[in-house]
Amino acid sequence: MSSDHSHGNSAHDAPPNPYLEKQASPEQTEVLEKRVQALESLLVAKGLVTSETLDKLVETYENDLGPTNGAKVIAKAWVDPAYKERLLKDATAAIGELGFSGLQGEHMVVVENTPDTHNMVVCTLCSCYPWPVLGLPPAWFKDAAYRSRSVVDPRGVLRDFGLELDKSTAVKVWDSSAEIRYMVLPERPAGTEGMSEEELTALVSRDSMIGVTKVGSPTA
Amino acid sequence: MNGVHDMGGMTCYGPVKPEKNEPVFHAEWERRVFAMTMLGMGQLDTLDGFRHAIERMDPAHYLSSTYYEHWLAALEALALEKGFLTKEELATGTAAETGQKAEGALPPEAVPAVVHGGAPTNRETGRLTPRFKEGDTVQARNLNPTGHTRLPRYVRGKNGVIDQIHGTFVYPDTNAHGQGEQPQPLYSVCFTAQELWGLDAAATDNLYIDLWEDYLDPAQGE
Repeated sequence: MSSDHSHGNSAHDAPPNPYLEKQASPEQTEVLEKRVQALESLLVAKGLVTSETLDKLVETYENDLGPTNGAKVIAKAWVDPAYKERLLKDATAAIGELGFSGLQGEHMVVVENTPDTHNMVVCTLCSCYPWPVLGLPPAWFKDAAYRSRSVVDPRGVLRDFGLELDKSTAVKVWDSSAEIRYMVLPERPAGTEGMSEEELTALVSRDSMIGVTKVGSPTA
Repeated sequence: MNGVHDMGGMTCYGPVKPEKNEPVFHAEWERRVFAMTMLGMGQLDTLDGFRHAIERMDPAHYLSSTYYEHWLAALEALALEKGFLTKEELATGTAAETGQKAEGALPPEAVPAVVHGGAPTNRETGRLTPRFKEGDTVQARNLNPTGHTRLPRYVRGKNGVIDQIHGTFVYPDTNAHGQGEQPQPLYSVCFTAQELWGLDAAATDNLYIDLWEDYLDPAQGE
């Protein structure tokens, strides 16, 4: 064994973490913490915000909003053809039926994957993402690699996620350049025929609703 | 603005590297920046103005910093530019007597209404009659404004087809610069991958992007 591997469980062996690769040093992080504390105390002193309201907002996005909401929408669309029809026709209203609405989901469009068509969503200019159904976006969605390459090499980006599409599959990339927010309705996998809506909800991943993966079959 | 944020089509940033079990926030300062922006920024500028403040960051800093540092930079920049805070106050963290007065901070009980109510940007005013209809072939204008725009470089000058008319929406190019909402029709426009990237691109593939009416001309010969 080469000496390259003598460090055992070093960072070299750890899964890649783009956030930490770009993250500031602990010293810089301390500078950021101080800078942000200073800004917060100023905004509070000037009456723009209160710290209690900031806490409440953070708590809401950290605990109450996330991709489980979107998964519920997808599972319902899989078991209820009338709901699916409403979802594809007016996604904002259909998603609202399940109680999900609000900031960054005011104007929703849902696009359907089929055996012939694969959809994926990107925001090349910033980080637009459907918060009410998927929560806040993961770092990779906001990073340069995904934002830049998804439009020019979508099949290559999908390969980064382990998804190799057949050449005959048509790829539709949706660049969220305005205030319309997109979510993908993935294909219901084989082997789920007897599953309940709750079981199906647990099967739907965030990434499949962004359109960078498919929903896997529930086989061992 | 032809800035570093307009990244569509670049291939220099390497593979996408998802983080396993990624937390919603990576540090406490990110939580505070997120919440201060969501609750305070609207009293300083529009969302379009905020996006433009991010776009005006030093490009090397933009690329080398993490996401919420972009928000922090924009929030500080707008607070200074709008006269809400002074450089001295930011440096010391101590509020002076001067400074613009806020409309008033929201109480914690108001958070659910803010989050679930949202801030729709479709309008019943402005330009309500669309110039184009579904199926029309259009050309994205070759515009190179120095201000904010949501017309990325990679579609400029390219021909596409109107896929859907979304309705009349606030126009970011004016709204970001204190020139009002000037709502106008917004379209989903479909471009073939080959139109955008040449004949090496897959003939099966398409790109859909939302473009305002003032970004579009009828295609030549239409």
